[in-house]
Amino acid sequence: MIDLAHAAQLAQGADLAQSGSAGEAVFFWILAPVALAGALGLVLARQAIHAALSLALTMMCLAVFYIMQHAPFLGFVQIMVYTGAIMMLFLFVLMLFGRDSKDSMFETLRGQRLLAVLLGVGMAALLSSGLARAVSGLVVVEPAAPAGQGNVEQIAEALFSTYLFPFEIVSGVLTVAAVGALMFAHVAKKGGHRGQKEHSRERFAPGVYPGPRPGPGVFATSDSTATPALRPDGSIEPASLSEYVPPRQLTPAEAAPKHTEGRDS
Amino acid sequence: MNDPIWLMLVKGVLVFVILILLVIFTIWYERRVVAIMQVRPGPNRNGPFGLLQSLADALKLALKEDIMPRTADKVVFIMAPMIAVMCAFTAFSVIPMGPEVSMFGVETALQLTDFEVSVLVILACSALGVYGIVLAGWASGSTYSLLGSLRAAAQVISYEIALGLAVLAVFFQSKLMSTGAIVDAQAEGLPLSIGGTEITLPGWYFIVLAPSFVIFVISMVGETNRAPFDLPEAESELVAGFATEYSSLKYASFFLAEYVNMITMSALAVTLFLGGWAAPFPDSWWPAANEGYLPLVWFFGKVLAFLFLFVWLRGTLPRLRYDQFMNLGWKVLVPVSLVWLMVLAAMNIGLDSGNELPTRIAFAGGAAIAVMALIFFWPSRKQYEEPAEPDAGLGGFPVPPMDLAVPPNPRSLKRLEPANTSKEEE
Repeated sequence: MIDLAHAAQLAQGADLAQSGSAGEAVFFWILAPVALAGALGLVLARQAIHAALSLALTMMCLAVFYIMQHAPFLGFVQIMVYTGAIMMLFLFVLMLFGRDSKDSMFETLRGQRLLAVLLGVGMAALLSSGLARAVSGLVVVEPAAPAGQGNVEQIAEALFSTYLFPFEIVSGVLTVAAVGALMFAHVAKKGGHRGQKEHSRERFAPGVYPGPRPGPGVFATSDSTATPALRPDGSIEPASLSEYVPPRQLTPAEAAPKHTEGRDS
Repeated sequence: MNDPIWLMLVKGVLVFVILILLVIFTIWYERRVVAIMQVRPGPNRNGPFGLLQSLADALKLALKEDIMPRTADKVVFIMAPMIAVMCAFTAFSVIPMGPEVSMFGVETALQLTDFEVSVLVILACSALGVYGIVLAGWASGSTYSLLGSLRAAAQVISYEIALGLAVLAVFFQSKLMSTGAIVDAQAEGLPLSIGGTEITLPGWYFIVLAPSFVIFVISMVGETNRAPFDLPEAESELVAGFATEYSSLKYASFFLAEYVNMITMSALAVTLFLGGWAAPFPDSWWPAANEGYLPLVWFFGKVLAFLFLFVWLRGTLPRLRYDQFMNLGWKVLVPVSLVWLMVLAAMNIGLDSGNELPTRIAFAGGAAIAVMALIFFWPSRKQYEEPAEPDAGLGGFPVPPMDLAVPPNPRSLKRLEPANTSKEEE
């Protein structure tokens, strides 16, 4: 859907680019293909993260379009809110999926792909032709700003006086949605809070090994897996024996210090 | 800003050079300051006072082997450090470093660019800069990196809210969103009459908006991933977090980005709360102090003071545990900023409107909010109660009993089936 919306954006932007300055046109023709490529990448990417990144790219291009059309506040808020916060939350979830999970290309419904392509193209044609007819021939003019009112003031005026009620309704609905999601995800903890005392008791309870286990080679005189670790009294520590390697005890001759040239006492 | 194109280019290059030099200086500065705090000399071999140490380190890093992990997502892996560096450098472009000067015969402000909503550029850039860290961790294909990047994503989103709310207070107070204009707005003093005597306080917002300033400084440290909030790269838990798999220039660029972010955030704090490039004394003492290139001294002096704060925090505080860190962000900083914003709005409405009724409503509302805040933040933690009788559990807490019989290692008791190592069955 995004790329369809993009076609519309493109159609609308083309008119604007004609009416705008040369710099604006240059930026538009550089960024419009990038935005379109991002939208296509969102649909065609096999990995979820790549799709999310393509969407982020498209959103950034949209933000630059807003800035070009003298709506800097909207543009930067778009970057901060959509790219910075919402896409980041998406990424947060997608990253937990695992690197190797990719879209399956297996078709479960016969003829689904063909139908999807046909319907998609039809939808795109319908939307873009409709929008193109609607906006072609329109002359783009700067919004008539009352004196001393910038972009931010106008948005604030619209949001907090003209559209105050819908704005409040939307914020209420969003809050309800967030609280609802929290309620679904919330799991009450079983039992009370366990403090240090409880943890310590558990750790020293009979049948539990209280300390950290000996690391490999910590007690051993050699780092070979065939050499068992010795306890302080000289007996063999059975926990250090590997089941898969036959234990080997060094003969006294092997264990004796090697003779070193010139160092013999 | 209507500079000719050549001047824009010159300024852009100058900002870049200044940032690079400041980064090189800051690394040395940090190491020396931490060293002095830990009673050791620090780097003092290369160049005078060891000033060239970070240059040598950068050369060494650049000449190291560039390793690409086999499991890495190649495009994203290479893109991530670029995103981090680009966003870090872009953010500095709207920081005003001085007043209007004549540069090569053209009157221009000591600032790369400025427009109606330029503070938002910094916020947007810091929001995008997280992509670098998050993607780096994901693309590395390593568990430590992924954990680091998950932490980074959660951390920056949480602390960005507190940071944004602190900045919002400045917008409230100044009714401006442009960095240069906010600096100009702070130049006017704050007239106060206490008991008949007229005093003019400096108009810097850290006085008027003290709670916002404190919240901004705390969340600024969280936003730049610096100690004690350096959870994404906690070297004792996650090796180096998101940067574990990186080497050579790519690793260096993450460090570059981190230090540039530190500088930018310090500069933003100076711009929003400490009067920007204005001299730290009244105009009447030295009228020429705020003209020409001299304010650069005040500006960078303030920025260096903030950088010292960063280093001081790193040298003093241990890293927070993750849940404590999130609690601080969501349960302390965000509610406090929200309540403070409401109080500020109420006070502004009350002070702005001359007639009686709205003033009263505003002050009553502000008082109600303050009472609500008091109830909300009243400490609810239970007081520690002395146990009535000594703890008899297993010979007393927390010492294990003297007659503790160490049970056998359950791992060694487990009979493992020997793995089938022969290849004949396949």
